[in-house]
Amino acid sequence: MSISVQLKHDFGAFRLMAEFSVAQPGITALFGPSGSGKTSIVNAIAGLLRPDEGNIVIGGETVLDTGAHIFVPPQRRRVGYVFQDARLFPHMSVESNLRFGWRRAPIRAEESEFERVVSLLGLEPILARRPSRLSGGEKSRVALGRALLSSPRILLLDEPLSALDAARKAEILPYLERLRDEAALPMLYVSHALEEVAQLADAVIVVKGGRTVAQGPVFDMLADLDISALTGAPSFGAVIDTRVLEHREADGLSVLSFNGGQLIVPLLRRAAGQRLRVRIRAEDVMLAAEEPRTISANNVLLCAVTNLRESGAAHADVQLLCGKARFVARITRASAVRLGVKPGMPIFAIAKSVIVDPQAQPVAP
Amino acid sequence: MLRLGRVVFVISSERNEAVLMLSPAEVEALLLSLRISAVAVLCALPIAVALAALLAHRRFPGKAVIDGALHLPMVLPPVVVGYLLLIILGTRAPVGAWLLQHLGIRFAFSWTGAALASAIITFPFQFRAIRLSIEAIDSGVSDAARTLGANAFDRFVNLTLPLALPGIIAGAITAFAACLGEFGAIITFVSNIPGETRTLPLAIYSALQSPGGEAEAARLSMLSIALALIGVTLAEFADRRVRVFAGR
Repeated sequence: MSISVQLKHDFGAFRLMAEFSVAQPGITALFGPSGSGKTSIVNAIAGLLRPDEGNIVIGGETVLDTGAHIFVPPQRRRVGYVFQDARLFPHMSVESNLRFGWRRAPIRAEESEFERVVSLLGLEPILARRPSRLSGGEKSRVALGRALLSSPRILLLDEPLSALDAARKAEILPYLERLRDEAALPMLYVSHALEEVAQLADAVIVVKGGRTVAQGPVFDMLADLDISALTGAPSFGAVIDTRVLEHREADGLSVLSFNGGQLIVPLLRRAAGQRLRVRIRAEDVMLAAEEPRTISANNVLLCAVTNLRESGAAHADVQLLCGKARFVARITRASAVRLGVKPGMPIFAIAKSVIVDPQAQPVAP
Repeated sequence: MLRLGRVVFVISSERNEAVLMLSPAEVEALLLSLRISAVAVLCALPIAVALAALLAHRRFPGKAVIDGALHLPMVLPPVVVGYLLLIILGTRAPVGAWLLQHLGIRFAFSWTGAALASAIITFPFQFRAIRLSIEAIDSGVSDAARTLGANAFDRFVNLTLPLALPGIIAGAITAFAACLGEFGAIITFVSNIPGETRTLPLAIYSALQSPGGEAEAARLSMLSIALALIGVTLAEFADRRVRVFAGR
């Protein structure tokens, strides 16, 4: 299932111009600051916004073509939409909410699929409850289940976590990760929070001032200095797709491999061979012109400098390429001059800290 | 409600043992009032719901004029409404004559005319309450239903109606209570015919016009007050119950 979007809409004070396509299943983040037009884009895909001009194709079906006067109404688009504020039907039980879209789907999912989604989202204990008696996290899960059960061709998620506190977010994130890994359906995930994007997304589309300005895999996008300059956010650092290689239990360490070398982290609760996304902040990376042999840090990687950008008054962000993985180091400008950092030069990066998903971390003794 | 009944009983038995007993004519007036009010409310209800649904959430040129026209019966003197009905639907008026000749329907001097007059006068009560409750429904919920495959009719039946139910019930009960008190439009349009159009207020009026009718007028007034109180209490009660149902 693929989707291609091209649209223009004039809101008076604000002009929307979006163009992108998503071909693969998984989560594509629509990332940008509040008010950049992300929600308007997903509304247009759902059919809730009728743009001045545009063309939207979902899974081969043209649902919008202003030139040919085609406008398929929302109820016939088969687009699942998880709203920021859940929007559950207040007069129906959780089960009736879940079955609302399920009953109306042109190809109704099997009862076993209903049970699968209910158990995936942990909804069994609350099926008989009314939405007014649910917590924020439970509402989000019901909204997600309701959209999934309507047999959508694509799932739109409009900041489903933004109304939740940190604890509720941590409750929902694993469900979204499972969904990303299990469901064979493309998902557009609207967010202004880099943390969520780094943890969930496979690809990122950057939205700025009503325009889609860049698109690429999450691992490249977040560590790209040009992209962070575009979003105006300080560099996020590196997000690296790794695999658990082995555990060195005697040392209390685990070894992760990635397409550029290995990383050593404190012992993990993950089986060898499992995928794991880790993050290395720009502040946690030091640079050395020569290989540091006597040093306490475990992770020393030979990289190539690919880009350099000033960051604040005193600092510079250095973009590095290690194999195929991108890293960012934030060093002082004085150091950059002293080391003679320039694009193309080889350099050693020393990662002081690798951030691992809390769920994979060892249990505290 | 029980306490209310006891109050009526105590007040009436203090004055005269026979006060509590209604005469056959008075029972007739009571039943007629209840029938006319019920028919008036039930016939106006679907129209009020349909118009409220059409006018809520929608903007079009001339909406304010239509809105004003629908509220007119609330502010017009009921006598004017009765008079207008008489010149449109009277047996010799053009529409009235046509209806009588072709369909055999007669409103003038008939209880159905009283029901029609009551329906028109109390229509704004229903319309207002229903429209306000439809407008209070979060349009986001309706958008969610659209993305889940529900068309306009589906959304009306499964979202708008149940979510507006508190307003619909409260509006209907208030309108019913108001119908019981309608006087001016009825007496103007369908006159004061015992057993046909003499409702409670008309019976009270007639009793006061005849010598020695004060006791009857007092009895019937007491009855009207009790009915009105029951209606208002029921509306409040139903509203609360249905709000719980609607999850608010």
